[in-house]
Amino acid sequence: MSTEEENQTVFDVAAASMLTKELRDVFASGKTRSYEWRISQLKSMIKMCEEHEEDIADALHQDLSKPKLESIVYEITMLKNSCALAIKELKRWMMPEKAKTSLLTFPSSAEIVSEPLGAVLIISAWNYPFLLSLDPLVGAISAGNTMVLKPSELSPATSTLLAKLLPEYLDVSSIKVVEGAVSETSALLEQKWDKIFYTGNGRVGRIVMAAAAKHLTPVVLELGGKSPVVVDSGIDLQACISPDYIITTKDYADKLVDSLKKELETFYGENPLESKDISRIVSSNHFSRLTKLLDDDKVSGKIVYGGERDEANLKIAPTILLDVPRDSLIMKEEIFGPLLPILIVSKIEDSWDVINSGTKPLAAYLFTNNKKLKEQFVMSVSAGGVTINDIAMHLAIHTLPFGGVGESGTGSYHGIFSFDAFSHKKAVLYRSFMGDAALRYPPYTLGKIRLMKALMTSNLWTILRALLGLS
Amino acid sequence: MEGLEGTLAELRDTFQSGRTRSVAWRKSQLRGMIEFVQDNEERIFQALDQDVGKHPVEAYRDEVGVVAKSAKLSLSCVEKWMAPRKGDLPLVFFPASAQVMPEPFGVVLIMGSWNFPISLTLDPLIAAISAGNAVVLKPSELSPTCSSFLAENIPKYLDPKSIKVIEGGIDVCEQLLQQKWDKIFFTGSQRVGRIVMTAAAQHLTPVTLELGGKSPAIMDSSSNPTNMKVIAKRIVGAKWGSCSGQACIAIDYLLVEERFASDLIDLLAKTIKQFYGENPRESKSYCKIVNKNNFKRLLDLLTDPLVEASVAYGGSVDEEKMYIEPTILLNPPLDSQIMTEEIFGPLLPIITLDDIYESINFISSRPKPLAIYAFTRDEKFKKQILSRTSSGSVTFNDTLLQFLCDSLPFGGVGQSGFGRYHGKYSFDTFSHEKAILQRGFFPELEPRYPPWNSFKLHFIKLAYAFNYIGLILLLLGLKK
Repeated sequence: MSTEEENQTVFDVAAASMLTKELRDVFASGKTRSYEWRISQLKSMIKMCEEHEEDIADALHQDLSKPKLESIVYEITMLKNSCALAIKELKRWMMPEKAKTSLLTFPSSAEIVSEPLGAVLIISAWNYPFLLSLDPLVGAISAGNTMVLKPSELSPATSTLLAKLLPEYLDVSSIKVVEGAVSETSALLEQKWDKIFYTGNGRVGRIVMAAAAKHLTPVVLELGGKSPVVVDSGIDLQACISPDYIITTKDYADKLVDSLKKELETFYGENPLESKDISRIVSSNHFSRLTKLLDDDKVSGKIVYGGERDEANLKIAPTILLDVPRDSLIMKEEIFGPLLPILIVSKIEDSWDVINSGTKPLAAYLFTNNKKLKEQFVMSVSAGGVTINDIAMHLAIHTLPFGGVGESGTGSYHGIFSFDAFSHKKAVLYRSFMGDAALRYPPYTLGKIRLMKALMTSNLWTILRALLGLS
Repeated sequence: MEGLEGTLAELRDTFQSGRTRSVAWRKSQLRGMIEFVQDNEERIFQALDQDVGKHPVEAYRDEVGVVAKSAKLSLSCVEKWMAPRKGDLPLVFFPASAQVMPEPFGVVLIMGSWNFPISLTLDPLIAAISAGNAVVLKPSELSPTCSSFLAENIPKYLDPKSIKVIEGGIDVCEQLLQQKWDKIFFTGSQRVGRIVMTAAAQHLTPVTLELGGKSPAIMDSSSNPTNMKVIAKRIVGAKWGSCSGQACIAIDYLLVEERFASDLIDLLAKTIKQFYGENPRESKSYCKIVNKNNFKRLLDLLTDPLVEASVAYGGSVDEEKMYIEPTILLNPPLDSQIMTEEIFGPLLPIITLDDIYESINFISSRPKPLAIYAFTRDEKFKKQILSRTSSGSVTFNDTLLQFLCDSLPFGGVGQSGFGRYHGKYSFDTFSHEKAILQRGFFPELEPRYPPWNSFKLHFIKLAYAFNYIGLILLLLGLKK
């Protein structure tokens, strides 16, 4: 059944069940396990990005009004990079890892073998709809699985484009795209998968994990959370549109706000709603949600910059709110929009408690030149990842695991972590028939305990003494 | 209920205070653990005898010794494991440094099981401690002597502010599972594993599930008579020598070619007598079935007349003593319960095949087991087993030892569970690996920021491809 036909008929539980069976059969055939298959898929993905760069940028623009350069920078290039890294490293990643053996199992040799999990489900999000769909796919492919990708319905142009392009460039028998919303996702979640990789919010994350629990399916949940930026005084801030909220001291706050205003004007001009570089809010639901945050009584009078909205075009100007109360609406949920609240603390060290009093975020940032502060921050603040003196960079570094903790998620990916996320690491022990100690077997005697104790402490001298009956 | 919530609140405060994070605290607890098992060895042996009829040798080998070994390893390695790991950084991010730093999850729940009531509670506890967490330990109520022994004595050796033992049955488990934990480590059955994970999902709590399954042993023809004796010992040891088959990595069933079956059964019978004497019921080296429920469950497996007819050795029982004789069955029907459910007891079905290579399809068409044991010297066969079956682990020419190898991850896949521990994997399983990126302020890359133009696009494309030459050329105006 081609994906087009699937879209025209209802994708229900029966269809989902057939789909998973098909993927399992293909997996059982061994097709996706060869190095050649994996490399060919990764290379085709790069080709797809290159040949359809315009189409992808157009879809992203349609969905989110993303400026073409932002799309290409953040999504397409990062994905190509991900593929290129996997192609370069795959042989090494696929190789078994030798494991040390001890006297306890002597003589023996051991290794850890990576093997694919089987049929995996990848559910993607709407904010980076291209990258967050295909980056996990790179991991699943490198690890040799068969897979279903379910792109977010909130970014429909990208979803449709992926449904069209993937079958053209990738192995359609092993890599399927299923478009749709709640009912299609539910149908998929009822099936037994060997792994589910979900990017999105905590509410749906819980639903995904509960569904996975029925089949004992392991999950990676890349969720969100309120990513804070702590700004120490004496820092020149440049760009900080991606964090969720800022914490700074009373003394520095005004200077910070001025600095931010200046930068925002440089980026977006004096009338940001008219700037070509502003992204659109993804849906009217999200637009209402965001305006509600701005209209909350607790933050009235706190807007120091921006606040303009254009409901017809679903645009909100970059907005700064100063000294918001910790119990305001805007501090209760992940913002996901161009609103930047600033919290004030008396001294910068108070920030750690502020952050830790909330749920653990995906990322936390600190800007400072003070070494002690940096150390305190790293030790005290629990987050998926932390970055000092920059924003969002740790996303792009393939040698660092990217993932959350607590409410911000479980599991991680990027680089080899993607490969590992979709692999099972099988322990293998090779033994021979030599070295069979009678002490292993019944009938048990107390003398055997002595020898066993010696063996388990792996102390040669003790073993010798035990063998000679001297201890 | 308030008692539990109060306990949890106390543990959270303790964790927040940072008490469990210092090297000193972790090492002191690990030393406490070593002292605990050393001081109480005899009493632990007695408790294990009481609960499952374990002989002290088995009790040392599978429980006390494992805990001592694990604690010693963690004690000597914990500082090394705690240290941040450097990550490579491509030049384009200069000046910067990247690290991965492990940090504890927070307050964790460990649910132990009844077959190894000491090691399967304390080994994960050692893991949680070395990673710096506060812990609630819930031993299985089906091994009540060990459970109360732990509840009474752990607080004497370990920090009672950070490590609590909570006893109880299903209702206590339910209450525990309703709470929000930072991690849950569960050892037990698939059925309860589902319940645990479903409860964890409500709080997005990460879990490790150490479950079971039907771990098969394969035996081909490539062994000579001397080796056959060793093989027989290893098979008997792996089926009946560890808690009478009530172990997650025990051999569940055996696959062998038709022509070797009867000789194998004779050899196994001989070995059983060697280990347990003429009357295993009187042997002190043989464990009992843990309780009436499991006893009945195992007997029920034999009530199917076709299954009963396939009993080739053993089969006698003594309900009073919770004793089931080491029993071998030859070709019970493949759709019978004994061949579809995890046996977890002293019944060994032998399934014969025309060609031993068929064992690969046999195993791969069934749920993924925790362990596969293959007795073979055929290198081609070994490779096929490795590449065409999936399991938590594979051990060639031996049994159970993968459990003792600290450098090998111990855990399942598919229905046998997910997550792993032992050695450093124990530390990792209770840690969050936090990515840390530090940057200097100079130089600052303007092309990262709006307003966008084609120069910036070009710059970023080159940067992301780590094309330094291209970057330099572009900056010098020599590249279009």
